[in-house]
Amino acid sequence: MAEQIALEVTRFSPGRDKTPSVQSFDVPLRKEWVVLDALNYVKDKVDGSLSFRWSCRMGVCGSCGMMVNGEPKLTCATFLTDYAPGPVRVEPLKNFPVMRDLIVEITDFLGKLSKVKPWIIRKKEKPVSEGEYLQTPEQLDTFKQFSMCINCLLCYAACPVYGLDPLFSGPAALALAQRYNMDSRDEGESERMDILSQHDGIWGCTFVGECTQVCPKHVDPAGAIQQYKLTATQEWVKSFIMPRGAK
Amino acid sequence: MATYTEYPPKGYRVRMSTYWWLARWPYLKFILREISSVFVAWFVIETLLQINALIDGPLAYAEFQDFFRNPLVIVLNIISLFFVIFHAVTWFNLAPKAMAVRMGGKRVPNLMISGPNYAAWMVVSAVLAWLLLRG
Amino acid sequence: MHKRSNEPFVWLLFSAGGVVAALFIPIQLFLFGVAFPLGWLNGPSYDTLKDLIHGPIGRLYLLVLCALPLFHWAHRFRYTLYDGLQIKHLNELVNTFCYGGAIVGTAIAAYLIWRIP
Repeated sequence: MAEQIALEVTRFSPGRDKTPSVQSFDVPLRKEWVVLDALNYVKDKVDGSLSFRWSCRMGVCGSCGMMVNGEPKLTCATFLTDYAPGPVRVEPLKNFPVMRDLIVEITDFLGKLSKVKPWIIRKKEKPVSEGEYLQTPEQLDTFKQFSMCINCLLCYAACPVYGLDPLFSGPAALALAQRYNMDSRDEGESERMDILSQHDGIWGCTFVGECTQVCPKHVDPAGAIQQYKLTATQEWVKSFIMPRGAK
Repeated sequence: MATYTEYPPKGYRVRMSTYWWLARWPYLKFILREISSVFVAWFVIETLLQINALIDGPLAYAEFQDFFRNPLVIVLNIISLFFVIFHAVTWFNLAPKAMAVRMGGKRVPNLMISGPNYAAWMVVSAVLAWLLLRG
Repeated sequence: MHKRSNEPFVWLLFSAGGVVAALFIPIQLFLFGVAFPLGWLNGPSYDTLKDLIHGPIGRLYLLVLCALPLFHWAHRFRYTLYDGLQIKHLNELVNTFCYGGAIVGTAIAAYLIWRIP
């Protein structure tokens, strides 16, 4: 195995650079190293000004999403040896504004996430004295997959609709809306439907399916959105057939 | 005098290229799948022309067969056939995703949804072929 | 409060059209567009064809075969123009061309099918 591999990293300093540029670093090619290890090596030993987000380094926090050779990846879960002999191109996550080097501005996503009301909505809260909400394993199974989302935003980087239309809610937000819609404890499906059965909600999605392909936690946001479209259509039909009975 | 700058900075945006769909094979496959709808529309136009010829009687219909035999039309129809089959295959493969069918508490495997769709496709095709090949 | 979009209506037409196109078009296109003109198989005679589509079932089949796939095309092509060519700002023009085209095509189909002898 070669000793080193070239890491080509996007550099951008706002206020100083007009456009991003690429800087190449030679990093050790260790069998157990991931791209995040290589980035930390550069920051520790070569250029301390290199800026990037990371935290848990084990694929559960969703902080370290970046483009590696043009594909959205968690850098803590992407091995250097998979790209030998290199070079490995590391760029900031696509479809988001670049704040500095490999760090992107995710405020847009956070706004969209709160828009879908990702919490249990009850018409009337059950008092603590009445005990806990009971849920069978089958009921859990209906939404568990969508609850696995770590908000890493790889799906947004992969989604061409989000890239073309910044108003689109995006895969993760819609999958998380579905997570709550399908939760047996939740009574907010109608409220979310009003917000999301819009063009910038579920209807902007054209089922490209790349979001599901890149998701590191197998959430299947594309599936969530198509199921949501079906439910929204059923509700729409019902609203014509029985206007008072519909939710 | 220092000018006021917004805080935090808005960030550098890269505009998406008009040829974004050429950058990756999954994107190209997606666009081809969407373009298949144009060939579906072409089939409808051809069918309407066919019905129009049929209305004008056996002579007009026989003359219309020359349209189908035109080499350019044959090539176009062969290409259309590939796209229409591509549409059918992608459609039946994606159908299970939209329907979260659960039986006995577990999600039904995708093949149990797409399988019957493919079977229906074969049956419909066989019936139509029989109706048209009888003479 | 947002009013729910009426997009489900066109999505239903798109889905129905997609199913009809997937099930019925391949074999028909193969036979009329490839096999018969190339002489691989013998096509139906004028009278056989006329008998097949003369009755109400045949006419209904043709109407469904022509109308629904056109709406499938309209919806899909509209989004292709949005995403592929990024011309969302022309969206009224695109919608008129696509859905309007499908409506016109359906009207032509209905007229022709009505005139079948």
